[in-house]
This record gives sequence, C-alpha cells and structure tokens, in this order.
Amino acid sequence: MAKVIFSGGLRALTGAESVELEAARVVDLVAALYARFPVLEGKLEQASVAIDGTLYNDARYQKLRPASEVHFLAPLAGG
Amino acid sequence: MSNPNERKFKVVGTRPIRHDGLDKVTGRANYGADLSLPGMLHGVILRSPHAHAVIKKIDLSKALAMPGVRAIVTGADFPEIGSGGMAAGESHIDPKDLQANIMARGKVLYHGHAIAAVAASTIEQARDACNMITVDYEVLKPVLSLAQALAKDAPILHPGRKTVGVPPLPEGDTNIMMRLANAKGDVDAAFKSADVVAEGWYEASMAHQGYIEPHATVVTTRENGQADVWCSTQGQFAVKSMIAVTLQIDPNLIRVTPSEIGGGFGGKTTIYLEPVALLLSRKARRPVKMVMSREEVFRATGPTSGTRIWAKIGAKKDGTFVAADTRMEFEAGGFAGSPMGAASMTVFASYNFPSFRLEGLDIVVNKPKVAAYRAPGAPNAAYAIESVIDELAQKLAMDPIELRLKNAVKEGDTASYGPKFDRIGFVECLNAAKNHPHYKAPLGKNQGRGVGAGFWFNVGLQSSATVSINDDGSAVVRTGNPDIGGSRASMAITAAEELGISVERVRPLVGDTDSVGYCDLTGGSRVTYATGMAVIEASKNVIEHLRARAATIWGCEVDAVEWRDGQAVGTNGASNNKPLSLADIAKQMGHTGGPIIASASVNPPAAGPGFGVHLCDIEIDPETGRSTVLRYTVVQDAGKAVHPSYVEGQLQGGAAQGIGWALWEEYLFDKDGKMENPGFLDYRMPVASDLPMLDTVVVEVPNPLHPYGVRGVGETPIVPPLATVGNAVSRAIGVRMHQLPMTPPRVLDAIETKKG
Repeated sequence: MAKVIFSGGLRALTGAESVELEAARVVDLVAALYARFPVLEGKLEQASVAIDGTLYNDARYQKLRPASEVHFLAPLAGG
Repeated sequence: MSNPNERKFKVVGTRPIRHDGLDKVTGRANYGADLSLPGMLHGVILRSPHAHAVIKKIDLSKALAMPGVRAIVTGADFPEIGSGGMAAGESHIDPKDLQANIMARGKVLYHGHAIAAVAASTIEQARDACNMITVDYEVLKPVLSLAQALAKDAPILHPGRKTVGVPPLPEGDTNIMMRLANAKGDVDAAFKSADVVAEGWYEASMAHQGYIEPHATVVTTRENGQADVWCSTQGQFAVKSMIAVTLQIDPNLIRVTPSEIGGGFGGKTTIYLEPVALLLSRKARRPVKMVMSREEVFRATGPTSGTRIWAKIGAKKDGTFVAADTRMEFEAGGFAGSPMGAASMTVFASYNFPSFRLEGLDIVVNKPKVAAYRAPGAPNAAYAIESVIDELAQKLAMDPIELRLKNAVKEGDTASYGPKFDRIGFVECLNAAKNHPHYKAPLGKNQGRGVGAGFWFNVGLQSSATVSINDDGSAVVRTGNPDIGGSRASMAITAAEELGISVERVRPLVGDTDSVGYCDLTGGSRVTYATGMAVIEASKNVIEHLRARAATIWGCEVDAVEWRDGQAVGTNGASNNKPLSLADIAKQMGHTGGPIIASASVNPPAAGPGFGVHLCDIEIDPETGRSTVLRYTVVQDAGKAVHPSYVEGQLQGGAAQGIGWALWEEYLFDKDGKMENPGFLDYRMPVASDLPMLDTVVVEVPNPLHPYGVRGVGETPIVPPLATVGNAVSRAIGVRMHQLPMTPPRVLDAIETKKG
C-alpha cells in the first residue's frame, strides 16, 4: 500500500494527515484518491510529486513500491 | 547508474573557453534587437499613464491616418479566452491573465500597462501615432502597498474574483488571490517550551531582474497563417505555447527562434511583445520588429515581489530549534501569481523544526505583474528566517554557523515541505564556511560580519538532444535551451566526455522549435542537469553506432567492439585490429551505413536540492549610513561542477544581484503609482566598482540522480544574500535592520534612533 501524506491545503481539504491506498502507479493512486476524497477531483494533475524522497515535476506514470511514501506538492518552478 | 564518486573525468571539471565567447566579446553575436528583415515595420506600444483605471473608449481614427502607419492593435484584437491553468514549461499560468497583461482589456492594472500598439515604417512614425490615440479612462484609486491592499476599504483590482487556497478564506471582494497554510505539531505549546524566542517583520521592496538586454522580437507572418518569431527568451517552446494560447492559433503554425540572450534570470520565461507583433504583422502583412526601452522594461515587465514577512523561532538554551512560525505577504502585481507558494515550501526547508506553522498570501497591487526571478520567493523567505536565526544566535551568544549546524537538515531528514532529503550538502557547506579564512579574518571598527544560508529545489523537466558526427570526426550537439549561463560549454563538455574527444571538437548549437526536439525552459537551474542527461544519452547512442561501424570495418560482431577512451577497441577475437578513433570511423561513414547521428530525450526528477552558505563583511560609515562590502564569500554545493568557472560565475552573479537587492535596488512609486526610477541611473544596481572580489567555494556532494553527480546551481546563490547582508549591517551598527534595501538614509536613521 502506498502511503500518501497530506500537508497544507490537501490536509485541509481531506481532513486527513495521511492515507494508505493500493496503487501500482501514480496515475492509479490519483484515481484512488479521487474515489476516496471526491473533494480532490482535478486538483492533483499539475502537482509535483515526491516518491520516497525523489521529486518529480511529472510523475503520472511513475511506478510505486508497495510501501512508497508519496507527497503531492505545488508545481515546482524556477527562474 | 554508476557511482559518480568513482568516475575519473577527463573533460568534466575542466575550464575550456566558451564556444560562444568570441562572438560575444567581438559584438558578432545576434541578440533580440539585431535582426532586421526586408520591408520590416517597427512596432511601438502605447502604455497606460494610470496605475488603476477603467478603459471607457479607445479612439484610433487620428492615429490610423498618420503617415507610415500600417496597423494598430488593441485588446479588442485578441480572442476571448477563459481562465484556467496552462503548462508553460516549468510554470503554470492563467492564459486569460497572461493575455490581459500583454494587452489591457477593459481595465488597466498598473502604470505602463499596454493599451494599444502601432506598426509603422519608422519608430518615430509609430511613436507619433501612439500619441494620437485617444483613450478615455475612468481613473480609480490605486493600491500601492500590501497594507493598502489588505485594508478594509481597499479598492479591488479584480471584483468578483474569489480567493483560492487553504481555508479560512476571505469572503467577498478581496485583493488576496491565494492563501496557503501548513503546520506541523503543536506550535503554541512548543513556543512555550522555548528558552529563547526571536521574531520580527522583514520587508523587501519590489526589485527587477535587471537583465541588460531589453525584450525584443521580430515576427513575420504568411498568408497561410504561418508565423516566424525571433525573440530573446529563456524558452522558445514556451513562447510558442504562450503565443498559441493567447491568440488561440494552431501551435503548428508558429516557429520560434531564440536569439542570443543578454540575461533573463527568470524574467524571460514569459512573453510580452510576441503576440502583439504577430497581430501587427498579420494586419500589415509585413514583418514587425518590437524592442522595449529600458523604461518599458522597468514599468511593464516582471519584477519580483515586494514582500512583508513576519517570522518567529523558538529555541532551547543549547540552540536546538523547537518551533517556527511565519506569515508571508507577497505582492503579485496587477494579476495573481506571486512566488509565495515556493516561498512557503522553502522558508523552513533548511532546518529541522519539530513544529512549525506558516501562512502565505498572494496579493494583487497596482504594480507590474511579477515574473520569475532566480529561486522565486526563496530569497524573501530566507531574508526573514535567516535574520531571525541571526538574532537568535545573538540572544543565545552562539556562533551563527554553529547554531545553523546544530539544526541543519541532512540526508534522511524530513523536509518541512514533506519528503525526506536524499544526499544533500548543507552541513558540508556550513563547515566549509566555518573553516574559510574569511570567517576568521579580524573585523575593524564599524564593521560587521553576516552569515546566511539558503535552499532551492532545482527542477528536472523535459529535455532532448541530438548528437551528430561530422566526417572529420568532430561532433555537433544540438539542444533547445537558450544559453543563458554557459550551457553551450557544459553541453559540449558533456558530449566530449562521453565520446572521448576534445571539447574543441564539439560544436554546441541551440536550435529553433522546428529544428530540435522539445526542451522545457532554460530555468529552474535545470539545463546542465537535465539537458546534460539528454546529451549523455544521445552520446551513448552515438557510441553504439560507432561500435557497429567499427564492427563493419573489422568484419566482426558488434559485441567484440568496446568503446574506450574515445576509440573502438577490438576484443573477443577482434583484438588484433588496430583501435579506430572516432575520426577513423567518421572517415568511413559513407562506406559503413551513412551519417552517424543519434538523439535522446529525458524527463528526469528534480535536479537535487541545492544549499548555499554566504559570508559578508560590511563597513558602515556612521556619518552617512553608507555601506561598503569589504569581503564576500559564497559556499555552495554544486554536486559536480561540469565547468567550474561557470559555476563560480553563477555563484558570484547570484551574490552580486542579492547584494544589490539588499542594499540599493527598489521600485519607487509616486502617490499615483508611477514608477519614479525606471532607468539604471536611478534604479541602483551594483556595478563592478561597488563590490570586492566575490570569493567562491564549490562544494561537491554528488547528486545521486545524475551520472556525474550534477546539481542545479543557478538559483541557490541568490537565496542567502539578502539575509547575509542584512545580518552584516545589523551587527555592524548594533541595530537589527528590518527593511530592504538598506539604503544610507535607512541605515543612518537606525543609527540615529539607537542613539536616541
């Protein structure tokens, strides 16, 4: 089960600190999150994603380990 | 991935002369304003004389009758588009706001906001025609500060627009466009357990990126709708996307060629002129050139946010941090979208805070819409938090580096923004600063030493590269990233390292959107890291071709050919063949299958967290408040410096910009919102004579995500200087400074106030 840790706005929206869900890839995890928390619908597509400490600007099809720790973050940018 | 610690490099880490250097120092390089086309018209923009007004009517009749005038466009010539996010390379923008910033529709939101544009045979004719455009305004009261924007009776820039973000959100009309919040642990209880607390408000003025080259473009259109765009940009593919969305045209019709770029620092990750020139060209059926004046650059292109940040930290007697709290208010300019989000992710990222709380507000004001500026948002956040840490060190009577070392994040620690850090070099940077001769140098009367640290994520994003072999054995490496900080040299070094040839035998090219594979922007400190990875992969693919060609020449299986030190070496039955150099194989390309060329593309994870530690010694003239920077040292983890000179240059450049931001640079507005200092005579950027030699220490803690260990380096060096200089001034005069820039009058005022 991948563990999603919520912070900031996502914690406020879901009312949860974290959730564990079955998902093989980030895209599957996002679908599972939308099913569990309909309030998140459409809010995660542009997020940067940290998987086990590695930050991805686009992680849609990244694979997850059974115990992956996942954070959804504001899109990373720069100058 | 091979362990970068074990690899012995031959070219990486050397300091060859940059391939584009000769053209740049001899004036041959073509910048945005250098292109001219036959029959070309000149475009000029009419800009708003008001900071906040409703456009009631625009009368073009007199202007259209002026000599030489071929076309005029206003906001009415742009298609109606809806709000929503669009990916523009590394950033996400609202296309409706982007379009409205390029050309006002219905309302002007800052002094200098574009109202109309004229294309005429000469610049003078275009300017004269602009003066004949009559605009009927209903002038509104401007909002010129964060305090004004948040006042109960504040004029509202965008009536009806709701705040987004984390509740509780303001109800009704507001100038707060976004609210972010995050927290960990019981902050109030943690502060009660603290032995020492320091806190304060820290303000920074709106400041400009200050690139030397103004925005410039030439656009030509054809009857079939195709458009060729030349411009000074940090990303030709992003320009293409943004033109397409703001004009609602097929991106396939647009070809964008980046010129040489005379600086950008994030400010050229967006567009201002290109869609306007395209519309003018389409109307006039002639090429149109538009070049901003310096005044236009200041008045109407992205500065970075003015900010007001309150920060508070509690610590135990031994210096261990127990809690932190902050409220960050960021000016966005006329449209939503300050870098407050990044600031909220970086503000606590360098240290282990068992509990913290933060609130961030994105606030619109009647000033130019802000744009990215090196590590957007992070310098402002670091200014506040690193100043409070310095005050805490004074209260604890602790060495400021020791205090930071006690609380610094390291591998395995959880970042305040969520995930755990992989291999990072913050502690190594702090130790390098502590052991540097600068830190031990004696200080004289009226002198102070400041310490500051900073963090930036560095991004990855999409890159591609093509490597081709010439018949003389030289190579060409083509990418789609404008060379803003020496990336041609780093791409050539990377290809040379992989192919085993000298860097002088590699020609690095930057292509247009039709001639190279897609690359995200040059920005986010990503090019040497991400595009470099594409070059590595493309070079490896070329080597596979070279092995196959050698096998053809020798009449053996490709498995019997290895690539060692720039030549094909036979093994397993082919070892009696004399090794073939790249040039040997290239000579026979035609006999062995034709040209040798290979491409690769990547979309790697973020470029590895970057940490820096700065030291600054300042002397204050107590009679005038004038600051003199005596010594400045930048220590930064680069992972692996591909071209050390350009890494050092990035470190020095970031520090110089940050010193200017701290001491001199600020937007000054009159009571009506007109910028009073839109030129380099009055907007005081540092020049060489203002600064001592900026010393650098490049720490190399390899990034495990890159084959060479490379980290992004371009943005981190601007994060620490605001606080570093602030801490130096504060220690020199014995008064904590809370407002940037620390101009002589402000410093003198602090000295006088202290005297009572």
